[in-house]
Amino acid sequence: MLTVFLQFLFSGLTVGAVYALVGIGFNITYNATSIINLAQGEFVVIGGLMMWFFAESLKLPFLVSVAFTILSAGIVGLLMERLTIKPLKNPDLLLMIMITVAVSIVLRGVLMFSFGKDPYVYPSFTEGEPLSIYGAIIQQQTLWVIGITGFCIILLFFFFKKTMIGKAMLACAVNPTAAKLVGINVSRMVMLSFVLSAVVGAIGGMAITPISLMEYDKGPMLAVKGFCAAIMGGLGTNRGAVLGGFIIGILESMTAGYIHSGLKDAVALIILLLILFFKPAGIFVSKAMHQLRKF
Amino acid sequence: MKKAPKRFLVVLIAALSVFLLFVNAYAKEPYKIGALLAVTGPASFLGEPEKNTVLMLKDQINKAGGINGHPLEIIIEDTKSDETQAVLSAKKLLENDKVLAIIGPSTTGESMALVPILNTAATPLLSCAAGAPITQPVKDRTWIFKTPQYDISAVEAIYGYMKKHGISKVGIITISTGFGDAGKKALLEIAPKYGMTIVAEEKYGPKDSDMTTQLTKIKAAGAQAVINWSVGPGQVVVTKNWHALKMGIPLYQSHGWGSKKNIELAGKAAEGVIAPLGRLVIWDKLPDKHRQKALLKKYTQDYEALYKSDPGTFGGHAYDSIMMIVEALKKVGPDKKKIRDYVETKIKKWPGTGGIFNISPDDHCGLDKSAFEMVVVKNGDWEILK
Amino acid sequence: MKKEDLLSFLIFIFLIILLPVISGSTYTLTVGIFSGINALVAIGLCILMGYAGQVSLGQAGFYGIGAYISSILSVHAGLPIVISAICAMIVAAIAAMILAVPALRLKGHYLAVATLGFGEIIYVILNEWGPGGPSGFGDIPHFGLLGYTIDSTTGYFYLIWGLVALVMLFSINLINSGTGRALRAIHDSDLACNAMGLNVTALKIKVFILSAVYASLAGSLYAHYVTFISPSSFSLFYSILVLMMVIVGGVTNLWGAVIGAVVITVLPELLRRFEELDVLVYGLILTLSLMFFRKGLVPILIEKIKKLREFAVAKH
Repeated sequence: MLTVFLQFLFSGLTVGAVYALVGIGFNITYNATSIINLAQGEFVVIGGLMMWFFAESLKLPFLVSVAFTILSAGIVGLLMERLTIKPLKNPDLLLMIMITVAVSIVLRGVLMFSFGKDPYVYPSFTEGEPLSIYGAIIQQQTLWVIGITGFCIILLFFFFKKTMIGKAMLACAVNPTAAKLVGINVSRMVMLSFVLSAVVGAIGGMAITPISLMEYDKGPMLAVKGFCAAIMGGLGTNRGAVLGGFIIGILESMTAGYIHSGLKDAVALIILLLILFFKPAGIFVSKAMHQLRKF
Repeated sequence: MKKAPKRFLVVLIAALSVFLLFVNAYAKEPYKIGALLAVTGPASFLGEPEKNTVLMLKDQINKAGGINGHPLEIIIEDTKSDETQAVLSAKKLLENDKVLAIIGPSTTGESMALVPILNTAATPLLSCAAGAPITQPVKDRTWIFKTPQYDISAVEAIYGYMKKHGISKVGIITISTGFGDAGKKALLEIAPKYGMTIVAEEKYGPKDSDMTTQLTKIKAAGAQAVINWSVGPGQVVVTKNWHALKMGIPLYQSHGWGSKKNIELAGKAAEGVIAPLGRLVIWDKLPDKHRQKALLKKYTQDYEALYKSDPGTFGGHAYDSIMMIVEALKKVGPDKKKIRDYVETKIKKWPGTGGIFNISPDDHCGLDKSAFEMVVVKNGDWEILK
Repeated sequence: MKKEDLLSFLIFIFLIILLPVISGSTYTLTVGIFSGINALVAIGLCILMGYAGQVSLGQAGFYGIGAYISSILSVHAGLPIVISAICAMIVAAIAAMILAVPALRLKGHYLAVATLGFGEIIYVILNEWGPGGPSGFGDIPHFGLLGYTIDSTTGYFYLIWGLVALVMLFSINLINSGTGRALRAIHDSDLACNAMGLNVTALKIKVFILSAVYASLAGSLYAHYVTFISPSSFSLFYSILVLMMVIVGGVTNLWGAVIGAVVITVLPELLRRFEELDVLVYGLILTLSLMFFRKGLVPILIEKIKKLREFAVAKH
């Protein structure tokens, strides 16, 4: 009994971690720009595929590949922002969101063209037997995924709360005009937010690929689930996105395990609707703060 | 000095024109066939090798002089794995390109959407999709044929083998797409016939990352074997999960497993996985006398030389469809009805990549479970089980 | 009706009648049929977005309800197609109401997120419990009325675009009526409207239901045309596609929805020549047009025409 429950839990944690990272990616962009970047899922795919490219195709050493992958993702985020977001003056938020959708189509097209439609995989970061806890197994790579996610969360926490740049980015979302008045280069913050969210997404992709493989079109599904995670926790709060991601992952697993695996995909959505109808601010955001936000 | 080259040029052009006119008068009308393939979209695993096969065969046939001297023209349209697109593309091929026959589409859903259209247009359709409803009921499928094996045949192969090895309780896990759904229906339908009890039925989505939950449930329900029915990365993830969980019971896959890529991606987790495969994938393990071996060998080697990867099971369906139409064209010429009649009545004991075809007015597919061999993965390679 | 609207409408009718006459090709007409079906959904969404100021990312859900309910009733319950389609519209309306009542209490774009959730849930339901599951089902009868079945492409073309014309007529009148003016007022400021005693929420719900009904009608027409449906045609992808149609055409103008639908439906056909690259080109065209033709094709066209007129007048 316990074994089975733990197994479901571990499965949920594995996918939940990726949803959490995608959710965080959404938050970073949203916090700096109030835009929901629906191309966020594509960054995850880029992370997985580029890692394969550097590690398996070019056979570069592990850490070098990681560095290059992060660099590639950052560049894509930068290009996206400079080419499609920056040129627009005073855009309507809805239009921006639609543009991110269009960009995600372009990115998918490029990925399909470069990598084809096959799935790709590379070895887990550490080889070895899975761990067994009360009979339930947890693969080493899963521990990596959860660990890396945790590490990112801590890093981002320090970044946003303790560093000047981080705080500046938060200031931009609340009131860009005021931010400009105090000397913050809003345009640069926007750019940075895209780069950062791309990197975070890519890290998720890098970590999950050894477990679940990566193909060019995994983006949209991850984007939807990650978005649900962000909304659930409260759009803009990373703590929320993390909790949201793990909750969705675990609930999906439990639903598949104890009820019916066909219902799994509905779980994230039903939770989303319930949250929206009963606590739209999300778990972690107070109603007052929620009213302040533009979105 | 200027006049001479100019006059020479005029004569040259005149001569060339006469020559071309001469040649053109003798050039034969191309035979046009349409190919509707899911080159992009979720079913591109099917469409891509099918498209490569079509292009390769077209070049080979034309280099060898065409069909009775007529060049073969194959117009490929990408359906993007979408039924609406399949309908639009079919209409374009029938209307604008006026094709003699259409091969494809790649998926059952798209094929079903085309049944009324091709029947109305009185044009033969040789689908590369597997669903039984494509060719049944035969009386409503006058112009419709298919070259992949029936899902039921693959299931029969699996169950037959299991029965021989004393397995009677199975857990099934299928992908929630048309392919998986068709497999699930077949698995449930024939279980009683082979004395199989399905103790667990689980599902997963095409982009899911982890199936340990479903597999754990199957084990807990007391299954003696697991059957996974999917194509795409799902097969590999299930295999890796099965291996990591150390389930202790054998894993069987569908015929979609038949690609070396899957073994490569799953790594050592693939050892011991059993599946019913069309002989295309294991041609090199067949005895030389086998009727399919020669054509399988040529097709695979030509494909690998050209595309640097193996065609997998699915490319072969396009091969069979094209070759049937080409043979019909050779024998009866560019007449839609005659082509249809030829395919329906003259494709008997016909060796193709999918198996040995016996098409008849009652069976517009012509394959049964003898089209499959039970194969196990051993040391990173296929091995035919006796 | 205003003068410009009447003129546009007459030109529209003229074009509809003309097309099958100039082009006998069933391929072109089929593209036209799908454009028309998409136009119906787009018009509903346009009213919701342009006039009531709400976004929906779940139109595919209502489209799917229309397709499935109408097909199930006509195939399994043997009901006449028109009745089945009407029942589907009623179901869609009820679903819209159930969704809208709690959702419209949400601030701004949270309705969009709720609709996204709704659309996806419908997809999961259809995939899991719809007849045939992911494989879909077929043998759906062609659209027919009183024993007379329409199964020629031309006939279907006229049916669809005839309905589009009726819907446009109804919608244009709605926009120009008191209700329409109220809607436009809401778009500008909820607060002001509430202050003036307008029941903002009730009006928004009505518009939401209207957009759902249009989408459901389109879905039924789709099902009875293709005679085979499967859940994959009713996914989030379609919802986003419809949104694109409205935005590309111009959110503030109903004709924009129609033109946007035609453009987005025709575009992939024109891009066939690019083969593998067509997705990329499609994405690039969308991105560029969103960036540079922000207001939408129709409003920009109207602006250009106005400028030309001014120029012509100024010259004298």
